[in-house]
Amino acid sequence: MAVVVGQQLHTITRQAVEDFLYEEAALLDEWRLDEWLELLTEDATYEVPSTDTPDGDPQNTLFLIADDKTRIRSRVAQLLGKSAWAENPPSRTRRMISNVRIRQVEGEAIHVMANFVVYRLRFEQMDTYVGRYEYTLVPRDGRLKIRGRKAILDLEALRPHGKVSFIL
Amino acid sequence: MDGCSVENLVIDNIEDGLFRVNRRVFTDPVIGELERQRVFEQCWIYAGHESEIPDPGDFRARHVAGRPVILTRGSDGEVRVLLNTCTHRGALVCRQPSGNTKSFQCPYHAWTFSNHGELIGIPGEDAYSEAFERRELALATPPRLECYRGFIFISFNPTIDGLVEYLAGAKEYLDLVCDQSEAGMEIVGGTQLYSMRANWKLLVENSMDGYHAPVTHQRYFEFLVEMGVDSRAMRRTGAGKSLGNGHAVIESAPAPGGRPIAAWAPHFGEARKAELEAIRRRLEERFGAERAYRITQTNRNLLIFPNLIINDIMAITVRTFFPSTPDYMEIAAWALAPIDELPEHRAMRLDNFLTFLGPGGFATPDDVEMLESCQMGFVNREVEWSDISRGMKRQHPLQNDELQMRAFWRRWHELMTLSAAADTPARHVAAV
Repeated sequence: MAVVVGQQLHTITRQAVEDFLYEEAALLDEWRLDEWLELLTEDATYEVPSTDTPDGDPQNTLFLIADDKTRIRSRVAQLLGKSAWAENPPSRTRRMISNVRIRQVEGEAIHVMANFVVYRLRFEQMDTYVGRYEYTLVPRDGRLKIRGRKAILDLEALRPHGKVSFIL
Repeated sequence: MDGCSVENLVIDNIEDGLFRVNRRVFTDPVIGELERQRVFEQCWIYAGHESEIPDPGDFRARHVAGRPVILTRGSDGEVRVLLNTCTHRGALVCRQPSGNTKSFQCPYHAWTFSNHGELIGIPGEDAYSEAFERRELALATPPRLECYRGFIFISFNPTIDGLVEYLAGAKEYLDLVCDQSEAGMEIVGGTQLYSMRANWKLLVENSMDGYHAPVTHQRYFEFLVEMGVDSRAMRRTGAGKSLGNGHAVIESAPAPGGRPIAAWAPHFGEARKAELEAIRRRLEERFGAERAYRITQTNRNLLIFPNLIINDIMAITVRTFFPSTPDYMEIAAWALAPIDELPEHRAMRLDNFLTFLGPGGFATPDDVEMLESCQMGFVNREVEWSDISRGMKRQHPLQNDELQMRAFWRRWHELMTLSAAADTPARHVAAV
């Protein structure tokens, strides 16, 4: 797929996108959240819609998470701090990303979809989060960055998960 | 377990100022079964909000008090709750989560019910005897259903008091929520369905607990400081009150996280200030300065016994929950908002909701963690008692005392020991 940045035409392959998503997953599973923050643009958003309104708009529909970059930064600081009890001690997570598809390239924006299964292990319970990702990636200084990150759960409810307190 | 044994599970020692609850009430399945019969089947239970089924034919399939039901607005405009079980052989007749329909057809044998619940179609009806009476086979309904300002309640107790009497002193607090809009209030789309590996009564306590806020929710208050909220605004004062019939409330001010109706906070942005001022002025015109202050500047955490929480705080959440087992509850939470709210204001409200509330917010997940942690701790059954004594010696218990929890426990105890029936008002409304 071709992406136009400035005057130059870049080719973006599915493998490049997969590599990027696998790197991101590793950062998140390893709780290297400050490094993960570096992958986001200044106008990045992180959204998790409520399970009964996967296509909702956070302006008029209640979501589970609808963070702008400021909130994402605060969320990361909380997770790396001591008083986010839901993640202190931190959950072990293991993300499985697959079915990565580049859906569309619109100017510099690369719209990507992928499937996810994220296992959360905490107090000897394993909870499985299943769904799909919708990413908007943009090239910046020869690297890919995340402008939009949406995790759409296939779960009908966060039961028995109870919460989504780590970065899904 | 009989009434005598349950009697000993709550120690209400007013003279010494000690209130203790035996932790078996959080773990014992026999207690759980008694609760089903003596609490959930006796009281008014929240089923939904009229705004969720605005038009004739609208329906929502959900669980209320553990039962699959259909919340509907019939073609006649009436609100009904139909028990979602075919009167033929039991299958769910409504298999979609929501929609609009004139009738429900069971996919098993095609028995068809109107959206009022009447049985209107049976294939091969000539196969039945004269004793078979179609009119007796309408979809079942709970014996009672009443609404108050859009809030729909059902009861399996045919002789329970009317809803307004049942609400007792809680009505005043519901009014403080519902009066926020002249056009009325509505449930916003998007439901937060989650759970906790913990006993449901822990969430009753937690939902109106001022004492835990600075500790459990430290990261939320740090977030507010980061957003420019003055640390003086964090020092709240307020009161805990028993409202009768097990209902209770904590009310406090100021509201450090802001209030969409109508207290500005820095993270709302300057653009929202004028609108919030206008809302406050309009409420003053409608209700006078004192009531307008109460509506706009104070936070309310309200319990409608047994399992409806309405927290009118940095946004308004309506939260209900039910025990599947003593150590697991299922929770549904919604945002409630003025019907005529401006789109930008609605967006701000929902954003503010998520700074604290819901399973992805900066606060609710830590409550989930704490309550699940308590449930894990209960396995140490040698530690028999939880202490809920805060403020028992105070004439006016504070929002970080525990009177509001004692109000819940006293009513729970009355119903569980059969020392009062749910259709009579609480025997005593202890103010401690």
